[in-house]
Amino acid sequence: MPMQIYLPIAEVSVNAFLLLGLGGLVGILSGMFGVGGGFLMTPLLFFIGIPPAVAVATEANQIVASSFSGVLAHVKRRTVDFRMGTVLLIGGLIGAAFGVQLFNYLKSLGQVDLLVKLSYVIFLGIIGGLMFIESLNAIRRANKPGVVAKRKKHNWIHNLPIKMKFRTSGLYISVIPPALVGVFVGVLSAIMGVGGGFIMVPAMIYLLGMPTKVVVGTSLFQIIFVTAFTTLLHATTNYTVDMALAVLLLVGGVIGAQIGARIGVKLKAEQLRILLALMVLAVCGKIALELLLQPSELYSLGAGGGH
Amino acid sequence: MLLRALFFCLAFALPTHAEQVVAGLSQNRVAITANFDGSEILIFGAVQRETPAPTFAPLEVIVAISGPSHAVTVRRKTHQYGIWVNTDAVEVDEAPTFYAVATSGPLDEILLETEDLRHHISVNRAIRSVGAPEEISDSEAFTDAIIRIRMNNGLYQTLDNTVEVSEETLFNTSIALPANLTEGDYTTRIFLTRGGEVIDVFETSIDVRKVGLERWVYNLAHEQPLIYGLLSLFIAIAAGWGASAFFRFLNLRG
Repeated sequence: MPMQIYLPIAEVSVNAFLLLGLGGLVGILSGMFGVGGGFLMTPLLFFIGIPPAVAVATEANQIVASSFSGVLAHVKRRTVDFRMGTVLLIGGLIGAAFGVQLFNYLKSLGQVDLLVKLSYVIFLGIIGGLMFIESLNAIRRANKPGVVAKRKKHNWIHNLPIKMKFRTSGLYISVIPPALVGVFVGVLSAIMGVGGGFIMVPAMIYLLGMPTKVVVGTSLFQIIFVTAFTTLLHATTNYTVDMALAVLLLVGGVIGAQIGARIGVKLKAEQLRILLALMVLAVCGKIALELLLQPSELYSLGAGGGH
Repeated sequence: MLLRALFFCLAFALPTHAEQVVAGLSQNRVAITANFDGSEILIFGAVQRETPAPTFAPLEVIVAISGPSHAVTVRRKTHQYGIWVNTDAVEVDEAPTFYAVATSGPLDEILLETEDLRHHISVNRAIRSVGAPEEISDSEAFTDAIIRIRMNNGLYQTLDNTVEVSEETLFNTSIALPANLTEGDYTTRIFLTRGGEVIDVFETSIDVRKVGLERWVYNLAHEQPLIYGLLSLFIAIAAGWGASAFFRFLNLRG
């Protein structure tokens, strides 16, 4: 039964079941791998014809909601480093504000699609590639299950000023590196419509040396506030947050995440990681091809203005 | 003064319009609701005349529906540094968001070029571009791109031979409005032509509006964007939290 729904802000009519299905599919993947899924959902929304500006802004809104119950669970388990989270958050808010400005500026130049696509190709390529190599190595060293990140006791980070004690993480380091990581993730959140967990989690483990058990909760804590801020910025400057789209994706997403979590426990960690790496690389490849191959339509239409 | 003007109009209008068009639409308003999936407009009418119909050329009917016009920036990609990038841009001053022309015969045969210029009837004439930047020599390619892209989206339609004329008096046609409509007044013009000359025009408009929840959401997003943003967050969080609470409840029982 076709059930078209007219999205009030995107101003396009799409099949409601298609949106629920997309939400569900990405939900399954995020449930399996424990990732937010924004990096998959935003490109999928481009593919079904949602204007990129609406896709990015609405996805930020959806990430707030889908991370909310996760944060609550981590707060209960006391696996959130609030102090570290706050430093990351302050950086994130600055980054998001800058990112939205950059987004709007490039939109006026007609280059926002290029910015979004290039960001996807670069970050997905790097992360997917690294993850793929790492999980291949992990599978080869099958006798040592799981790769435990070695926490470096002393590196250049320990020589920076403005040190602070992060008790939950058991760290005494400068606030500059986490603040910069926050800024960087904030910019990505604003221009790519992602939470940025796929950048923040590795940065927290390898760069800041945080213990793995507080990494996910702390990153979710940062993500929820930064994406909420991004949503409000997009809503007030671009009017591109589509409430109806967000709710449909979300409902599908929550159902999908339940299914995904059940599939996830049946697979081994290395297998999961290699699957995720392949998926990230596939999305990266698809977007890269769009930039590299000659498009069938060279012209595109944008709103007028700038008189 | 007003009376004199009215009298003048009447005196002037009567003799020139030997044939007049009287028409109606199946609906004068289109409501965009949450499950809006396009709409079909039926246009029908009759030709009123006081003298017998002229015989020098057959009567032809052209129906043109035009959505609100906006400025459009048309961008063209070129191959730069190995990737395809938007480089050239042309600002087109006015292009209708929707345009459909239905005719009783091939448009170029039933309408003179000069009449098309005067009344802006064909799709090409409906788009107005003042001028492209100097460095772009082929600005026509950009206007053609608007027509091509919007035709592919069903927003521009050229419907030759779809107006049925019977006995040189009655006519009817139907035009499908797609689901991806922009709000506004859709000007509907009906032209009577003989030998390529326009002999009468009838103009009315269709009011295309979002209604109900769609209207409310759209207005709130544009008039109270901060409240709208906060509400979007609240609704999304409530929906997400509610749904996962529901699943926790199911898992505990199951």
